[in-house]
Amino acid sequence: MLSESNLNKVEQLRKRYPTSQALVLPVLWMVQEQEGYISEDSMKYVAALLHIPFGHILGVVSFYTMLQKNRIGKHHIEVCTNISCMLRGSVKILEHIEQRLGITVGETSPDKKWTLSEAECMGSCGTAPMLAIGDEYYENLTLEKIDKLIDNLK
Amino acid sequence: MNLRPSDTEQLNAWKRVIIPDDRDLYKIDHYLAHGGYKALKKALEMKPEEVIDEVKRSNLRGRGGACFPTGLKWSFMPKNFDKPKYLCVNGDESEPGTFKDRQIFEYNPHLLIEGTLIACYAMGITTAYIYIRGEYGKWIKMLQKAIDDAYANGLVGEKILGTEFSTQVYIHRGAGAYICGEESSLMNSIEGERGYPRVKPPFPAQVGLWGCPTTINNVETISNIPVIISYGWEWYSKIGTAKHPGPILVGVSGHVNNPGVFEMPTGEPLLEIIYKRAGGVPGDKGIKAVIPGGSSTMILRGDQLEGIRMDAESLKTAGSSVGTAGIIVMDEDTDLIQVITRIAEFYYRESCGQCTPCREGTDWMFKILKRFQRYEAKKEDIDLLLDVANNIEGNTICALGDAAAWPVQSMIRNFRDEFEQRVQTSRFQEIVL
Ligand SMILES: Cc1cc2nc3c(=O)[nH]c(=O)nc-3n(C[C@H](O)[C@H](O)[C@H](O)COP(=O)(O)O)c2cc1C
Ligand code: SF4
Ligand code: FES
Repeated sequence: MLSESNLNKVEQLRKRYPTSQALVLPVLWMVQEQEGYISEDSMKYVAALLHIPFGHILGVVSFYTMLQKNRIGKHHIEVCTNISCMLRGSVKILEHIEQRLGITVGETSPDKKWTLSEAECMGSCGTAPMLAIGDEYYENLTLEKIDKLIDNLK
Repeated sequence: MNLRPSDTEQLNAWKRVIIPDDRDLYKIDHYLAHGGYKALKKALEMKPEEVIDEVKRSNLRGRGGACFPTGLKWSFMPKNFDKPKYLCVNGDESEPGTFKDRQIFEYNPHLLIEGTLIACYAMGITTAYIYIRGEYGKWIKMLQKAIDDAYANGLVGEKILGTEFSTQVYIHRGAGAYICGEESSLMNSIEGERGYPRVKPPFPAQVGLWGCPTTINNVETISNIPVIISYGWEWYSKIGTAKHPGPILVGVSGHVNNPGVFEMPTGEPLLEIIYKRAGGVPGDKGIKAVIPGGSSTMILRGDQLEGIRMDAESLKTAGSSVGTAGIIVMDEDTDLIQVITRIAEFYYRESCGQCTPCREGTDWMFKILKRFQRYEAKKEDIDLLLDVANNIEGNTICALGDAAAWPVQSMIRNFRDEFEQRVQTSRFQEIVL
């Protein structure tokens, strides 16, 4: 299931840790980056690859919020609503995005283009309000900036 | 040089050493050309115990939240040991209001790598893991590039700088869990477990990663090490306040004109940080409340900030703590019930659920606070809320329980009137009377 180059990376990673269980998180990241999410089949695959019980892998995937058990939208918009962002208007930002996309927090659009989530502090409090799409941060948000962003991603 | 941060003219006198103006330090050639990795060279010419002694005498205290003396922590590591020892550099940075370590990854990654190497040398460690929160994908790439460059220059890996000292430095990426910043949870996360905190004792210096002696230090703490080695403990211990010296990265967010991370000597008055550095409050509004060190620290009243400084002693006296030095400013129009409800929601969501007081208590606090927010609370709910918070504090495996209780306790202590007002405007007022 993992690509050739990813399998090579796994072999390299083995040198970094004394146990193969320590590879669980890095390998799950690889799966998610390759497939977009971590299916039950992927978890079984990782379990076999690392010789770890499937139940353990499932436990790990369920624990970490960034690991996605279900297929989500092409663009995963995560809006920080924690304190510093809230003080600088994240509530309005979130409402505006909900309106623009026609979905509410936790939903994926029917065309699978958007998933919208509320997030905890992402370490951008000095440039609040903010949102993240994948690894990309969008900071010092205004409603106009959001409109542009959504238009450009269409 | 003895900087006295109380003097206003000192505001700009501090020549920044953790995040200097120079925006090219991330390039290894540039870093090397400007004295980079000289501290490592100097440390390698010292005996490991001399390095630990230097750090001890500098009085550096951890920047990860608890202000624990770094040299003392290092001295807990067993000297001669036949099993491996480990260093975990904590870059989980998930405390709401905190965004400082990210600046180091971005603008001065080699300072962090250099500090990591010196720490490893001092404690006889051959493997270091830098644990970074999963959301920081961009910054992980930046730091990885710097690590790769350091490897390519013979600064990390085998026989560093031609000596017998060898150390590997790896990044381990988190995946979205605030609790993984807690040191024992962080170790479980590296081991490929769920991020559950461990019961202490045993402490990590005895039984840490894979049962081996381990030291955990914050990213900013480790970045102070090359500075101490370069300039010497005597210089360092005189920066800022004597009991909690050194440069500190202070983040200011919320209702200020110029939010950001500012490097300064410890002990600067909060009011000067807010007004002079962060540009004051928009619309010249008054300050209702300030959280001084990230959401886990006790909230302070805006009208009682006079004389409070950004250092461990001063904030302790004021009934709060330095935490991660992430100041959150709230202006006079802020709805504090909304603020504390959101904070409570955060701890409720992030509790790992291992201990009953934390799991149930954070749920209760959030539920009660939602009643206040919906104008449905009764007068007794104030004391009920306090009672729940008091029952969490001190009764849990890790400090997340306390971190959840403190904001609620301090909010009621300092702003009981806000809760009482909410009750008076409650829809259930008639029923209560
Ligand atoms: C719930 C919780 C979250 C924490 N998160 C972090 C964090 O994100 N970064 C950090 O450096 N320390 C964090 N800490 C503190 C660590 O447990 C530990 O004390 C610290 O990393 C030690 O480094 P220092 O001595 O250099 O400060 C957290 C503690 C708790 C209880
Ligand atoms: S205090 Fe809370 S977060 Fe910490 S171990 Fe207990 S349940 Fe988990
Ligand atoms: S509160 Fe939103 S990024 Fe920190």
